[in-house]
Amino acid sequence: MSPWLTHLPILPVAVPLVTGAALLLTRDGQRPLRLALTLASLLAQLWVAVLLLGQVTGHGAGEWSDGIGVYLLGGWPAPFGIVAVVDRLSVLMVLLTAVLGAACWLYATARWDRAGVHFHALYQFLLMGLNGAFLTGDLFNLFVFFEVLLVASYGLMLHGSGRERVSAGMHYIAINLVASFLLLLGLAIIYGLSGTLNMADLAVRAGALSGSERELLEAGIAMLGIAFLIKAAAWPLNFWLPAAYANACPPVAGVFAIMTKVGIYALLRISTLLVPSGAPAAFGTDWMFLTGIATLAFASIGILAATQVERQAGYAIIMSSGILLAALGMPGMTLAGPALYYLINSVLALGALFMLLEMIQRTQPFGADVLAASQELFDLDDPEPHHEPDEVVGIAIPAAMAFLGLSFFACALLIVGLPPLSGFVAKFSLLATALQTAGPGHTPNDAWVLMAAILLSGLAALIALCRTGIRLFWSAEDLKVPRLRIIEAGPVAVLLGACALLTVQAGPFMDYMDETAHLLEHPVHYVNAVITGEAP
Amino acid sequence: MEVVLSLAIGVMGGSGIWLMLRPRTFQVIMGLSLMSYAVNLFIFAMGRITLGAPPVVDAAWLGDPDHYADPLPQALVLTAIVISFATTALFLVVLLASRGLSGTDHVDGAEHDQ
Repeated sequence: MSPWLTHLPILPVAVPLVTGAALLLTRDGQRPLRLALTLASLLAQLWVAVLLLGQVTGHGAGEWSDGIGVYLLGGWPAPFGIVAVVDRLSVLMVLLTAVLGAACWLYATARWDRAGVHFHALYQFLLMGLNGAFLTGDLFNLFVFFEVLLVASYGLMLHGSGRERVSAGMHYIAINLVASFLLLLGLAIIYGLSGTLNMADLAVRAGALSGSERELLEAGIAMLGIAFLIKAAAWPLNFWLPAAYANACPPVAGVFAIMTKVGIYALLRISTLLVPSGAPAAFGTDWMFLTGIATLAFASIGILAATQVERQAGYAIIMSSGILLAALGMPGMTLAGPALYYLINSVLALGALFMLLEMIQRTQPFGADVLAASQELFDLDDPEPHHEPDEVVGIAIPAAMAFLGLSFFACALLIVGLPPLSGFVAKFSLLATALQTAGPGHTPNDAWVLMAAILLSGLAALIALCRTGIRLFWSAEDLKVPRLRIIEAGPVAVLLGACALLTVQAGPFMDYMDETAHLLEHPVHYVNAVITGEAP
Repeated sequence: MEVVLSLAIGVMGGSGIWLMLRPRTFQVIMGLSLMSYAVNLFIFAMGRITLGAPPVVDAAWLGDPDHYADPLPQALVLTAIVISFATTALFLVVLLASRGLSGTDHVDGAEHDQ
């Protein structure tokens, strides 16, 4: 293997780290340099993610056994050193982060990156934290990367400032700090009993504990689970989310669409590793299933009750978390494949929705000057005049209203899960697989409950989004037709295009997800790759 | 020793939780700080309580683990202290920004009538 390929697994963390640090050294006046640096970093991350995808699917130049790559940082063998592990699940998440991150960043460069300081650097650190959390094979490093992405997200959440945003941001920070404490307590208990923080090693050692030690270990793992459930926005730990996401500036809210999925990823990763030695409570299927159903019920009521469109989008995020938790809570890994497909679909659609909503807001006669207010607050010496918010510099796209209407329609279809787009494929395959779980003739009650919850929540989302669409496009008195720049409309079109690709190529994608689920169901491959992994 | 340590963790954790549930931002930040102390001590205690033992290899005992304190929780605590220090500083800035923008130190940014 060439040396570059050897170090490939660490690049998704290293590239944004170096870029973010370099961006801090530039002055505010050097915006073209900042944009060039960030663009280069994002393209590099996309390229690395695609290369890694080739490696895990066996199309790359490497020789990874079972498609699992283990990178030993500093060359220390696991479990003594820290490892980065690349398998199908983590590559999928890294690629998703790169696509969503690039799209939201491009949208932000149109206006929002100038509404505060250090937007680009914080954005790179957020991506670094996300990639690190997906790639690490060590529980304590998972905590550290969670903190990296959270600290960056605090900065981005407050980007643009303003009273509402700071108030919502303070609640967001406080709840996440508490979640971090729970994570640390859980980690400490796990280390105290098992003597390891390496995930693969923990999977081996957890089975060896018995009696009171085992019970204490389960308490520790349960605390870990609560921390992840807070991040995943599971009911009743999700009251912070709608206000935080509705008040964050749109491109940031768009990229935050993947943040709740980090919690889901962590739950999935750790539960698959621990299940063979007896599933601890928080990760056990029963609890996860019930939590998912309760989250779905909460989100359905919330999306119907919300009056602001941004809050509706926030509840749609909670709804996607609920579906994922309920699906992963079904026995075994039966639903993991369709659930991962649904995860990709919902992240892309929700990311597009947040950006789209801001563009739609510009057609409305009121509320057009929120951005202007936050830019005044920061007193930036902006080259563009802001007394005319619709004045655009750059290439505008034709037929703006048609684009907005069609995009909103596509987003709604994706979120609700109606044909012909990938939302339908995802929900249909979830339900079809759930009904097949117990073989022909007999279907467990859980599957019926899941089916009812998914369909009813879809109905609630349909009603809410229909109402919003009618209010925004049909019944508004004096719609202003905005001029949209191509770098604003482009990212939304790309994200929706990715969903269309997901629909057309549903077969190959679903095969990949099913293979991923198969590997998750047999964590012995993961454990062997990490424990016996040789220094490259 | 165990009793003193566990009492310290318990009292700080309890006070921290109580303060975090208070309506003033300054009380919340004090609560978060106390909680972080309790958590740090707890991590430290999870490496077992050893007195007068070094965490680094000593030429006199070499490989005998009985004579050493577990160094890993100490490294973990160090990382946790740094992170909680940074996040507390950040929370303090947000607290001041909220006070400046809303004119009140209530966590909701507005006074509730009693």
